[in-house]
Amino acid sequence: MGFIIEGRSGPWEIVCGLEVHAQVISKSKLFSGAATAFGAAPNTQVSFVDAAFPGMLPVLNRECVAQAVRTGLGLNAQINLWSRFDRKNYFYADLPAGYQISQYQYPIVGRGEITIALADGTTRRIGIARLHLEQDAGKSLHDQHPTKSYIDLNRAGVALMEIVSEPDIRSPEEAGAYLTKLRQILRYLGTCDGNMEEGSLRADVNVSVRRPGEGYRTRCEVKNVNSIRFVMQAVEAEARRQVEVWESGGEVAQETRLFDPARGVTRPMRTKEHAHDYRYFPDPDLLPLELDAEWVEELRRTLPELPDAKAERFQRDYQLSAYDARVLVAERATADYFEAVARGRDPKLAANWVMGDLFATLNRTGKTIETSPVSAEALGRLLDLIADETISGRIAKQVFEEMVETGADPAAIVEAKGLRQVKDTGAIEAAVAEVLSANAEKVAEYKAGKDKLFGFFVGQVMKAMGGKGNPALVNEILRRALG
Amino acid sequence: MSKPTDLTIAEARDLLGRRALSARELTEAHLGAIERLSSLNAFITLTAERALADAARADDRFARGEARPLEGIPLGIKDLFCTEGVRTTAASRILDGFTPPYESTVTRKLWEAGAVCLGKTNLDEFAMGSSNTTSAFGHVVNPWRRRGDNRDLVPGGSSGGSAAAVAARLCLGATATDTGGSIRQPAAFTGTVGIKPTYGRCSRWGIIAFASSLDQAGPIARTVRDAAILLRVMSGFDPKDSTSADVPVPDFEAAVGRSVKGLKIGVPQEYRLSGMSAEIISLWERGAAWLREAGAEIREISLPHTKYALPCYYIIAPAEASSNLARYDGVRFGMRVDPGGDLDDLYAATRAAGFGAEVRRRILIGTYVLSAGYYDAYYLKAQKVRALIARDFDRAWEEVDAILTPATPTSAFAIGEKQDDPVTMYLNDVFTVTANLAGLPGISVPAGLDEGGLPLGLQVIGRPFDEETVFAVAGAIERAAGFDALPAVRA
Repeated sequence: MGFIIEGRSGPWEIVCGLEVHAQVISKSKLFSGAATAFGAAPNTQVSFVDAAFPGMLPVLNRECVAQAVRTGLGLNAQINLWSRFDRKNYFYADLPAGYQISQYQYPIVGRGEITIALADGTTRRIGIARLHLEQDAGKSLHDQHPTKSYIDLNRAGVALMEIVSEPDIRSPEEAGAYLTKLRQILRYLGTCDGNMEEGSLRADVNVSVRRPGEGYRTRCEVKNVNSIRFVMQAVEAEARRQVEVWESGGEVAQETRLFDPARGVTRPMRTKEHAHDYRYFPDPDLLPLELDAEWVEELRRTLPELPDAKAERFQRDYQLSAYDARVLVAERATADYFEAVARGRDPKLAANWVMGDLFATLNRTGKTIETSPVSAEALGRLLDLIADETISGRIAKQVFEEMVETGADPAAIVEAKGLRQVKDTGAIEAAVAEVLSANAEKVAEYKAGKDKLFGFFVGQVMKAMGGKGNPALVNEILRRALG
Repeated sequence: MSKPTDLTIAEARDLLGRRALSARELTEAHLGAIERLSSLNAFITLTAERALADAARADDRFARGEARPLEGIPLGIKDLFCTEGVRTTAASRILDGFTPPYESTVTRKLWEAGAVCLGKTNLDEFAMGSSNTTSAFGHVVNPWRRRGDNRDLVPGGSSGGSAAAVAARLCLGATATDTGGSIRQPAAFTGTVGIKPTYGRCSRWGIIAFASSLDQAGPIARTVRDAAILLRVMSGFDPKDSTSADVPVPDFEAAVGRSVKGLKIGVPQEYRLSGMSAEIISLWERGAAWLREAGAEIREISLPHTKYALPCYYIIAPAEASSNLARYDGVRFGMRVDPGGDLDDLYAATRAAGFGAEVRRRILIGTYVLSAGYYDAYYLKAQKVRALIARDFDRAWEEVDAILTPATPTSAFAIGEKQDDPVTMYLNDVFTVTANLAGLPGISVPAGLDEGGLPLGLQVIGRPFDEETVFAVAGAIERAAGFDALPAVRA
């Protein structure tokens, strides 16, 4: 049994499902030609269709449909060749038409699933119930004027995919792993940038608790959680709250709540006094969406390699550990970078450099793999210098730092700084002799059986040679001299 | 030569082409007529300057030999079509101050064909009505008078301004829209020809929506040929309207003179309503006889679900309207009444002040039939009935090439009549709504006068995208009827 909340009256299990709104990557909106770029000045990316001017009609953007189908395929889901757009009617100032065009009864994508990996090494399958396309609303700004609200319609009409999971999630960790994996798949597919800070990925978290083995109890929906960490915290906080309600003899009421990350609790959302009746009906401005099976197959054929498949291939082709493979495929750009470095070289060495020095550098400099100061090609050339023994691994780290600083080519740095490895045995022997004579006491200790001092001598010789001594030769000559 | 305002479009086209008449003269004659007969209240907005500029450009084109199909033809535009830079009202206060920064596809096509814009014609508010009495700009007066009765009559609706203007010779033709009969019923009431083409034939882009799955643009003119000339220009696929059909536009005008010999014409028994006046029945029989004489074969047919059409229509149309009209909220354009409360107060105050009673009624009906718990019983059931009505027609097309019915159950009535309860008014649409529900082309042709000397129309319904047969049959009726009565009020 997995995650259990031990209540006063016994154990409780979490039942959780996620509804994720993912903004579709597309140049223009779902039903208009207006642009979708983030961060534009308010109301500069609004067509008359988006602003719901009289007589304006929606025209479906085929690229958004292709993106939804790609996502469905990436989630191993059923693609519905016949789907329909419905109107969801409600009044709000940032919803210009007074309705949102969505897919209610007949979504474009049906059941699918994704596999999540957990910290204990196990995996679990989480079912996808459906994915549908819908328009985003605009944004209301309530802090620009003491009594009035401002409206920005740039986002109005932007395509969203609502991806609804089955209530298969049983712990905060699984909720986090599910969202992480979903985000990873979307980013691989290039269908959503997954940027939670900018709101291109938002999650509504449905949580209930139950006694192990019993049916579902009333659930609450925690709206608009905007980071993976907060999703995990919200699941736990809400589950614990519900356990407390049940155990104090109360009843959990079905409601919409918000997560307060500062206090780590959920609280009821201020509900408008009118209960919403969305009066869904088929949008008469749009024909049913019919997909050509051959077109769907074409999209399937051109789907990029997804993280699970890539991780398997990395283990198989590069003999990487499951852990290393998973780390390297987390982002498609990282995986591509790694492969560019590893191609034709020692893959384990490539993996160590990418996950070690490169990641550390990116962390320290606040850069991403896409903006890395050292290109994959340059890192590859550095590894080549190690492989052909032009430099040692130790010197390589020094060269790498220089590459980060100056962006110079590794070979040029080696030449300019005279870092080429010394393989001249005479020079090494001279350095060894010098070190041993300067450390007569340590030599005596070593000979008396303090083997560990060997490393000390190696260090001293290297230091004397400015780090450039060939490590194998240094070892060999030292051992002979001490032997 | 007859007065410029008495010309048909075909005649005017000929005279203009021969330079026997200038577009300026033609336009000035109509502007003068509109001014003299302003008491008909057929126009909401006049665009006299624009019309004269259009006419001057047309004359230039004639001089250069570059005339287009409608060069110099003065038209009225139903004020439901958005016209760039020209106030567009939908006859509603809620659009106060709204001037579209875009041109509807249908009107753009007309201007690109050289037509002259005289102005925007009056209509029922948001095209909701059968009498043109719901306009925020006042009712339109039918230029016809009942014999021995001086009361003002309604021109029908919702395209009452367009129909009255065409009948009274204030324009050579006009655009109109038809959701349940809004082209054909006013055409019948004013002795003009009005065709609602197949759903998808004309682009709805830029036309203020009433009920999207039923709305269709079409022309009102004084002859079948003129209607065909206008419809050809107005038609065509538009990528901006997902429901517009990507099918070729035939030469409708050529179809008007086509023989009806050998055509099978259906007469649906279900359109014989109890209590229908003898006049209407005999007109209908006369129409069938004319077609028989012209060589067509008349067949009794059955459209068994006809009696459900009206209730079905009055669920679907308000349902769509309730959603389509949600955008008139006082936030972005048009009227805003801000009582100083919260957002809901702004909506309530704006919409209460901006919408008239009939529009409010239909929004409420539509909201009700889509509500949780009622959706299945009303909207969903109506959609099923709609499918059955369409199937009735599909079966009929296996037997006949066109269907002949009366256009309206009565002739024009007096303003104020039939207004005690909305259902009586809704009955006006009983013969016309079926073509909207099934998406079929339907035309109303003047075929005679009733006892009071008021025009009556016959309706011809055709197969989807077979307006050519509809025009051919309508042309045959027009020739046989020899309708030459004139309205009491005219230029």
